[in-house]
Amino acid sequence: MNTVIFRTIAPYLSALMILFSIFVLLRGHNEPGGGFIGGLIAVSAFAIYGIACGVAAVRRAITFHPLSIAAAGLVLSALSVMPSIFLAQPAMTSQWLQIHVFGTPVDLSTPMFFDIGVYLVVVGAITSIALALEEREQK
Amino acid sequence: MPLTGVEATFWAMLAPFVAAALGPVLTQRLKHNAAWVLAVFPALIFLHFLTLVPGVSSGEVYTAALEWVPTYGVTFSIYLDGLSTLFALLISGIGTFIILYAGGYLKGHPQQGRFFSFLFLFMGAMLGVVLANNLITLFIFWELTSITSFLLIGFDHLRAASRRSAIQALVVTGAGGMALLAGFLLIGLASGSMEMNEILTSGDVLRDSPLYVAIFTLIALGAFTKSAQFPFHFWLPNAMEAPTPVSAYLHSATMVKAGVYLLMRMNPVLGDTALWTTVLPIFGGITLIVGAVLGARQKDLKLMLAYTTVASLGLLVMLTGTSAELAIKGAVLYLFGHSLFKGALFMVAGTIDHEAGTRDVTKLGGLRQAMPITFAAACLAALSMAGLPPFIGFIAKEMLYDGAWQVLGFGPGWALIALVGNALMFALAGAVALKPFIGPKVETPKHAHEGPVLLYAGPVFLSVTGLLAGVFAAFTGDLFINPMISAVTGESYTYGLYLIPKHINAALFLSLITIALGSFLFTKLDLIRAQVDKLVKAIGWGPDKGFDQLITLVVKFATLVTRTVQTGSMVSYVRATFIVLAVFLYVPMFATGTFPTFSAIQNLTFYEWTFVIIAVIGLGAVLFAVNRLIAIVSLGILGFAVAIIYLLYGAPDLSFTQFMVETLSVVILALVMTKLDLQPRDFRLVKDRVFDGVLATIVGFGLAFLLISIVELPFNASLSEFYAQYSRVIAHGRNIVNVIIVDFRGLDTLGEITVVLVTGLAILALIRVRPKGEKAEPLVAPEPVRNEEGA
Repeated sequence: MNTVIFRTIAPYLSALMILFSIFVLLRGHNEPGGGFIGGLIAVSAFAIYGIACGVAAVRRAITFHPLSIAAAGLVLSALSVMPSIFLAQPAMTSQWLQIHVFGTPVDLSTPMFFDIGVYLVVVGAITSIALALEEREQK
Repeated sequence: MPLTGVEATFWAMLAPFVAAALGPVLTQRLKHNAAWVLAVFPALIFLHFLTLVPGVSSGEVYTAALEWVPTYGVTFSIYLDGLSTLFALLISGIGTFIILYAGGYLKGHPQQGRFFSFLFLFMGAMLGVVLANNLITLFIFWELTSITSFLLIGFDHLRAASRRSAIQALVVTGAGGMALLAGFLLIGLASGSMEMNEILTSGDVLRDSPLYVAIFTLIALGAFTKSAQFPFHFWLPNAMEAPTPVSAYLHSATMVKAGVYLLMRMNPVLGDTALWTTVLPIFGGITLIVGAVLGARQKDLKLMLAYTTVASLGLLVMLTGTSAELAIKGAVLYLFGHSLFKGALFMVAGTIDHEAGTRDVTKLGGLRQAMPITFAAACLAALSMAGLPPFIGFIAKEMLYDGAWQVLGFGPGWALIALVGNALMFALAGAVALKPFIGPKVETPKHAHEGPVLLYAGPVFLSVTGLLAGVFAAFTGDLFINPMISAVTGESYTYGLYLIPKHINAALFLSLITIALGSFLFTKLDLIRAQVDKLVKAIGWGPDKGFDQLITLVVKFATLVTRTVQTGSMVSYVRATFIVLAVFLYVPMFATGTFPTFSAIQNLTFYEWTFVIIAVIGLGAVLFAVNRLIAIVSLGILGFAVAIIYLLYGAPDLSFTQFMVETLSVVILALVMTKLDLQPRDFRLVKDRVFDGVLATIVGFGLAFLLISIVELPFNASLSEFYAQYSRVIAHGRNIVNVIIVDFRGLDTLGEITVVLVTGLAILALIRVRPKGEKAEPLVAPEPVRNEEGA
């Protein structure tokens, strides 16, 4: 697997895939996509990067331990259930906020944060498995 | 939600969790001074509950509710009466000073932020316990206190003794929690409601219920484990492994009183039966004596205090168990006083440890000049603990003697037990508060001097409060004590509280005897210590050892079961799973005679056939692959073909996911292959291959038949139509699949991602397991497990 071509291309490929995964995540509410799928794409990106450049490089690139990322995702999802409670509505009632960034309307919503949480959980949990498996392989 | 009034209580319940999140961040910036900022949270909570006191003391009972899942009638509701208000005040008020104290005590500790975080998490959980109206809510917070207690006891997790104590506390209180849940469910069954305000007004329904004995036993188990009643008392002294702020807060002032709280809470509906008034006083009485006697054996200041806490909890359970008004008055007063003086004394013990470097009472002495403020606080708290006027402890002791003497069925016998226990606690109060300070100066490991203000603020404030509460007894009684008594007895209680006894009665004489006996015991403490030590050594076995034996037994049993069930051969696992699956697939099919008709198969178009054929080719490639790696990749062909078939049927999301899952499966399976050093070739015998092949075919066809039969059922489109109709209107999303995942059925998804996370954790742990012989580098230096408690 350690060909020069693969090792050269892998970082760019991974970066593109991560970008694409975020795109898929965010468009999920209206087009095919969403947190689960986006997360899986990101995991493949990390897997490719790991196979090409080593697990240590991936761990450096993502800064946090993958399981911390997953836990943060779970917390984010759980928190996104709460806001409606403070508005005296049942838990998990979705809240929407439209802001304008340079004239473009952008919808922010609690389901979006929920989906980002899903994305992070999938990325973190599966990446941690993949990295752990790759790591031992090199020893 | 408003910022004042009853509704604001929800904010007060949220605040500790916010503070828990802020703790580490602030500590990074401000170091130990973060305590000043963080203490504002509990102080505000305290003020909030203080504003409710006038209403509560005039007999008002507040309830408030937030709708949670209205479809199932689940609400997040709170219940505020005299009992919960006093508890909430103690939790937030003492909590304020504990936070300050923790700031001084763990100054410079690298994990101080985490410590604040845990303390606040506990505070939030404990407030939840005393404020919850719904029994399930109460249970969840109850378990949260057990978990945070575990985290705090094990805070110094590099030491084996800490870890052992933490696990022990979690197992004991967690097991009690399970019993409690069962008890709550039975209460719900018997009374028809899970809401406290409805249950408490249900009168004799629970007492007359055939489930009463079961309910009582389960609730008592929950309360006994949490409040360290004999024979579950052993976890509490072991919990002294925790840093002192934890001992002062959780293991004397608040958490261990949760069991007493529960008994008091349930007294109006469960109490006053023969069972209640027999079992509770007996166990409480035994705990009182056992705790006091074992306390006399200790040399460590914290352990002495821990055992007197056990004794005090026994006293509280004994008095609550009488269901008699006067005894309950004594219990309520004692609970209030105990939280104040025991919290203060623990902090004093911690300060001595912090400044002098030891808390062995035999190695301390003459600290009064070096630490005058701490000494003063210790004296005030100890006088209250010893039950001398004009402290709140004195009034409490008068009341509880009065109650025990007059009301109990066993007559003055209970009063005598209380007398012995109190006298021993009197002696121990002297030992803790006086021994380290008076007498000639003893050389201590550290050069002792007064601690910073963060360290003495708490003990001073709590002990002075104990004094003021006693001096202004009438005020204390009307505002705090009477409302709580009313809540516990279930009837309005309005008698005033006096510092000076109005007439000479038995209680006063018992008090005098206590003081005399206590002083005598104080002078003979060394002798008692030696004798009790001898006795305990002679007995040799105690619940603490029993706990270890039980755990060893459980582990042995688990090993036996695992050895029997788990052969360790993947092939046999898969075979067993497939055989069971086949039975469940075919038995109903043949039993009911419903087979699929394959009527839809002629509707397949040629391009659909194309992908079916590709899938079959992939399958063939798997079967005839020369080695395992090729088989894994070929499995991917099959999966991709299926994904394309999904796409053809208009399920882009599903097919998208299927593509990703297939890709990752191939990658991860290949990694697993290399990781497990599997042989590239498959070396199964021919007869095994044939068996496995036949089994796989049978299960495959079975699943296919099942799915085809399901598709052939008439399709009910109401759900799809609902989603199609409303996903744009209600949930503002055009992708129905995603809207279902994140909005309509978001709760399911929350559960699923939790499973994903937990699975990730488990798999990671499995990968890290090394084969036998391969030594993992130890995370910590091994250290012998502390195992000195005999009883």
